[in-house]
Amino acid sequence: MDWFLQQLINGLALGAIYALIALGYTMVYGVLRFINFAHADVLMLGAFAAYYLAPAVAKVFGPATVPTALTVMVLSAAICAVIGMLIEFLAYRPLRHRPRLTVLITAIGVSLFIEYTGQHEKVFGAATKAFPTLLPQKEIIVGALRCSSNDLVVVGFTAVLLFAMWYIVQRTKVGMAMRAVSFNEQAASLMGVNVNGIISFTFAIGSALAAIGGIFFAMRAPGIEPLMGVQPGLRAFIAAVLGGIGNLPGAALGGVVLGLIETFFGGMPGLSDYRDAIAFALLILILLFRPAGLLGKMQMEKV
Amino acid sequence: MRGKEKIFLLLAIVAAIGVSLASAAFNRYYLGIAIDCGINVILAVSLNLINGHTGQFSLGHAGFMAVGGYFAAKLTLVFGPMVPAAAQPFLFAGTLLAGGIGAALAGLAVGVPSLRLKGDYLAIVTLGFGEIIRVIFQTSDTFGAATGLTGIPTLASFAWTWGLAAVTVYVVASLVNSTYGRGFIAVHDDEIAAGAMGINPVRYKVTAFVIGAFFAGIAGGLYAHHKAVISPGGFDFLKSIEIVVMVILGGMGRTVGVILAAILLTILPELLRGVSEYRMIIYSLLIILIMLTRPQGLFTLSKKKAA
Repeated sequence: MDWFLQQLINGLALGAIYALIALGYTMVYGVLRFINFAHADVLMLGAFAAYYLAPAVAKVFGPATVPTALTVMVLSAAICAVIGMLIEFLAYRPLRHRPRLTVLITAIGVSLFIEYTGQHEKVFGAATKAFPTLLPQKEIIVGALRCSSNDLVVVGFTAVLLFAMWYIVQRTKVGMAMRAVSFNEQAASLMGVNVNGIISFTFAIGSALAAIGGIFFAMRAPGIEPLMGVQPGLRAFIAAVLGGIGNLPGAALGGVVLGLIETFFGGMPGLSDYRDAIAFALLILILLFRPAGLLGKMQMEKV
Repeated sequence: MRGKEKIFLLLAIVAAIGVSLASAAFNRYYLGIAIDCGINVILAVSLNLINGHTGQFSLGHAGFMAVGGYFAAKLTLVFGPMVPAAAQPFLFAGTLLAGGIGAALAGLAVGVPSLRLKGDYLAIVTLGFGEIIRVIFQTSDTFGAATGLTGIPTLASFAWTWGLAAVTVYVVASLVNSTYGRGFIAVHDDEIAAGAMGINPVRYKVTAFVIGAFFAGIAGGLYAHHKAVISPGGFDFLKSIEIVVMVILGGMGRTVGVILAAILLTILPELLRGVSEYRMIIYSLLIILIMLTRPQGLFTLSKKKAA
């Protein structure tokens, strides 16, 4: 039972990170109907932004304090938001009305470009770097259960951000415009919606969330390197598809499910080597029975 | 099947054997790249049947390649020492075939879910299958776990590789141009209309997956017997992406373009070896630039839709 609860805690913390990253995939998919492969690399850039900012910010607020962590996160998120908008403007906008596969390959090209540029010795270098401690960390022990204070922060923060996203999309004017673009881009533009602006905004938000997800991921990981985004990015992508791509609560649910699968199977002796295979196998099974994901709506095809 | 294609096949095989007989005269480095090109041509043309002609979106081609590569390599390693030198080519042909059949069975397993899924969902499921296959090889001690298989005899000569590349091109091209093969294009263009016309989309999709996977398996076998070493890391998701990029750069469903793109994308990283620090950065920038300027594929002259 203790083992079960322990894995549940770990799984939720990991799942929350996947959920944050998956939100970016799903929001971009919602407005543009394509998978932004470079999202995983924006996550890595967020972690690196935090890595370079942390010493400077620590001089002002002191190392490993709450204001330091918050400032670093906000600044990294802002940097990534700008990078996200730039990627959209330079690489995706010229291809807006081209076949989706073209855009997809461009996205893969952007992703490879960021990864290989990052690996160059004059940029980040390929070696793994130790991520600075951003938050004061405490171990909370209840009975036989242990939980790092970071895990609680991650889960709490994700819950707040999820709510904020839901609020933006469902209750604000910008969100209404986003939904309108997602529903019918042409009609939205005829109704006076600035389609390009909305798409830029979506990329900015998605990339900011990826930066925060990347920082949280880096806090748990042994270190950061230019390819660190690939694995969590892939998981988050699965999470987004699992939940029903384009669906915000679905992305959150998918992230948590994937985090739980990973920690439960990773914690079982003999199965840990297979945990990726199991995650994919479950995904395939779920898609066989619900081809549009857990929360996605099946669309009837019109002839 | 028209005579023209048969003549092409014969000429290509004769040329491959001819070049191969003279291969001792060539620089080993260039010869190696030429064999790499042949293997990639098989991979790209076979994926083109699934992604280009039939309009499905598979991201798991490296998985099929892995099945073929591992099966063929293991069989050669087990039976190679028992077979006299004169019979080695027959053994090699047998192991390649076995690898291809193994991969075709994997293709059947992937093709079945494709009946229900489309677009991005199909892409993620095929990607998932590819990763599952890789994880299985990575954890299986029979197949060398994470280190993979080593000491595979280098039987994949120029003649084998390009001869089989010619066979692949011939089979895929004549299949798509046959009466039966029009069904693939019909499924690509409009699945519902195809179904209404009495074409069974399910059967065509599974056929495309099985045939595509078979040739990917053959390419995997050639790859194993060319590099002498295979490890699970060589068959990851990036390898699948690489093959997809070849198909898209060549122009989906355009066999000649895809062949040229496969060759170009194999040679390009080698040409950039001189600036090795920046090699992959330039490679990725080129992909972006080509997509921005020639999204219909690099070698597509007219905008007319390919049949």
